[in-house]
Amino acid sequence: MSEKNENEIDALEEDNSAKKSSDTSTIIQYLSFVLGKEEYGVDILRVQEIRSWEPVSRVPNVPFYEKGVVNLRGAIVPIIDLRERFSLSKPEYTPLTVVVVLQTGSGSHTRIMGVVVDSVSDVISIERTDIQSAPDFGTKVSNEFINGLVSVNERMVMLLDVDKLLLLETLEQNDY
Amino acid sequence: MSIDMSQFHQVFFEECFEGLEAMESGLLSLDIGDIDPEAINTIFRAAHSIKGGSGTFGFTVVAEYTHIMETLLDEMRDGRRQVTKQAVDVLLGSVDCLREMLTSIQNEEDVNAESVAEHQSALETELNGDSSVNEKPNVAATPATNNAPPPLQSQDEEDEEPEIEEEQGWKISFCPYLNLLKTGNDPVRLFRELSALGQLTSNVNIQDVPNFNELDPEECNISWDLVLVSDASESTVREIFSWVEEDCELEISPLAKPKKKKKPKIAAPVPAPTPVVIETKEVIAPVLATPPTTVVKKASSDSDSAKNAPKASSSIRVDTDKIDTLINMVGEVVITQSMLGLIGENFTMDKVGQLKRGLAQLERHTRDLQQSVMNIRMLPISFVFSRFPRLVHDISTKLNKKITLKLVGENTEVDKAVVELINDPLVHLIRNSLDHGIEMPAERIAAGKPETGTIELKAYHRGGHIVIEIIDDGRGMDKSKLLAKAIEKGLVEESAILTDKQILELIFMPGFSTAEQLSDISGRGVGMDVVRRNIQSLGGNIDIISELGKGSTIAIHLPLTLAILDGQSVAVGDETYIVPLVSIIESINITEKMLNKVAGKGETFKLRNEYLPIIRMREIFNVKTGAATKPNEGVIVVVEGQGALCGFLVDELLGQQQVVIKSLEANYRRVEGVSGATILGDGSVALILDVPGLVRLSVC
Repeated sequence: MSEKNENEIDALEEDNSAKKSSDTSTIIQYLSFVLGKEEYGVDILRVQEIRSWEPVSRVPNVPFYEKGVVNLRGAIVPIIDLRERFSLSKPEYTPLTVVVVLQTGSGSHTRIMGVVVDSVSDVISIERTDIQSAPDFGTKVSNEFINGLVSVNERMVMLLDVDKLLLLETLEQNDY
Repeated sequence: MSIDMSQFHQVFFEECFEGLEAMESGLLSLDIGDIDPEAINTIFRAAHSIKGGSGTFGFTVVAEYTHIMETLLDEMRDGRRQVTKQAVDVLLGSVDCLREMLTSIQNEEDVNAESVAEHQSALETELNGDSSVNEKPNVAATPATNNAPPPLQSQDEEDEEPEIEEEQGWKISFCPYLNLLKTGNDPVRLFRELSALGQLTSNVNIQDVPNFNELDPEECNISWDLVLVSDASESTVREIFSWVEEDCELEISPLAKPKKKKKPKIAAPVPAPTPVVIETKEVIAPVLATPPTTVVKKASSDSDSAKNAPKASSSIRVDTDKIDTLINMVGEVVITQSMLGLIGENFTMDKVGQLKRGLAQLERHTRDLQQSVMNIRMLPISFVFSRFPRLVHDISTKLNKKITLKLVGENTEVDKAVVELINDPLVHLIRNSLDHGIEMPAERIAAGKPETGTIELKAYHRGGHIVIEIIDDGRGMDKSKLLAKAIEKGLVEESAILTDKQILELIFMPGFSTAEQLSDISGRGVGMDVVRRNIQSLGGNIDIISELGKGSTIAIHLPLTLAILDGQSVAVGDETYIVPLVSIIESINITEKMLNKVAGKGETFKLRNEYLPIIRMREIFNVKTGAATKPNEGVIVVVEGQGALCGFLVDELLGQQQVVIKSLEANYRRVEGVSGATILGDGSVALILDVPGLVRLSVC
């Protein structure tokens, strides 16, 4: 799988540089990562850092995909496994597992959370106009935190709405 | 050039609210009849700053309103107006009204025009009213208020309008220093204000302006000679320049026809020389015929309070001394660190001693540093206390009682979080004392007590705690009545035998109120249990001592800080949790014999003569790691939560340590049974147990 990933990354980089040359103000950069076989993206301005997985302190009686909390330079930060959240791949925790630390909210109410993903692939630049709205799957698939879809090199990348992602975590208190 | 003014709004509002509090405490401390001119000055200055600020920020409503207040205060300051109780009440009302206005502006709501108009007209009535010195058959004709003014009149003659002569005015030589513009002052603004007073002609001196290539646009090289034809008093003119006084040379001289007396005004009206006045002056408050009077002994002055502004960002004002200490500490740490760095560079075993010393030093500095950082969060309790003189004043007036509030130990420092959370419980307790504790004057005299009741609010440190006491010399609590009431309400069994202390604690039961008559001040019986719960949630407790006929003392014990806690770390499976030491009664190993089952499921154990429920931490927290322990293999930590004892079954006790409390909610959310988190020595996170919450959780 990692080989495939690398190919993807190469392809993406080419694509990336092509986009950069025709730089306009409507370009948004996303960090894309892989969950199972699907590719997702988050606004790069929301990404605070990318860390490797380290053991968390479990928090009792919370949904299974909320893995626990870690100490991030003195702040207590929750770690959410997106793979489990979206029921995508079997969660395996190796030193190569990646945690993307995201920032959400604005002004004085920013929160930080870490999301566990299979691997981080690339930074992609997207024209705002290239973003398609997410199709409605009815009740079969919940698409509430998907902002839109974009096609990068013939592959579909789902763009996540970070704010909604974390908001949900706070609202779904009775999910366990 | 346009600056986004809104970035300064927060500061402006904070300053305003501080100003308002200063005004309030100033007004309350005014002793009618013996006016301290400095007090009026303080109030005046606060009003003036608010006016200036709101003008700058374009809140004209506030500026206009404050202007009226200011005029009134100005007249009082100059001694042209009597300070009457009525006037003080009107001003107090205006302070409230201003606060309301500012709050609505801050929240970007519309100002309640009706209430503003109401207060404004009250102010104007007062301003135009009969209490002005010249024509006064005074209001509450107290002898004391007769003091001073008439003789003062001559001193202030230049202010009096009838005195105007045709060409009255001022010659002002305004010579700003180079840095005037840098201090953010704009002469044009000053001139505009001046021209509002009358006809203004200005002459600009530009001889000091350097050559163009030497010119620094941020320096003010110009000076002005101004002629103001106006009937305004010198103080009015000076006031306009008061913002820039320190940044310029200012000469104000009267125009052509000076009046006979031209004393630059000293704000303090010197008490008049009439012997009668002096005599009355000494007879202070007790003579006042006006009904209920609250004499506030010590309204703490400059109370710059952290107003609980509804908007999110909270800020804290820190004494510069504290910051200096902090910077010193940081310097020490840096030095130690570089010393350690040097040792490490070419480390040989013979340097071990040096290294150890260095590490010990580092440890000491770190501890000091931690302490001084904690110190920054410490605020004097006067932030809370300073609100009470007003409360007591208002309520005692309403109840027709005579009450003195004594504040003791206002400078006792306590954590900011405690300061913010203790306010409501204290308000409640003080209201109770006012309403139920202190008797009506007649009743007091009949009981052989002084007519004026005393409520003492006292704060002091004791052993890592702060103690706040509310002591009144009122009627005290009638224990038999309390007991009868509790039995009547079915809160205790009729046959129950209670100690005095237990009887007094009955008032903390939900739904308990003995007041025969409900009032809007207190007596709905929802209060005391909430008060106790709030205080317990702060990690404190509350005690009552009361003697019938002599008064009651309510003592609140609170931890000094909410940021650090003494904890016992316990192991459950592979996980570590912290139990707050304050809630632990004891930890025991138990034997099979002590165990009992209730209905085959619930486990209890016998501790001395009590059967206590066991809460298995492993089960309640769904811990899956480690082997399940039987109660007799683990340790039972006996804790008290919600007034009941119970035993937590954990695998092992790890150790006691001070932990720094970190909020889980900051980035995450509230978790049932967990009050926070902390970081252990190895960098991992441990959760702090919320004992009452866990007890609740296990019951459900």
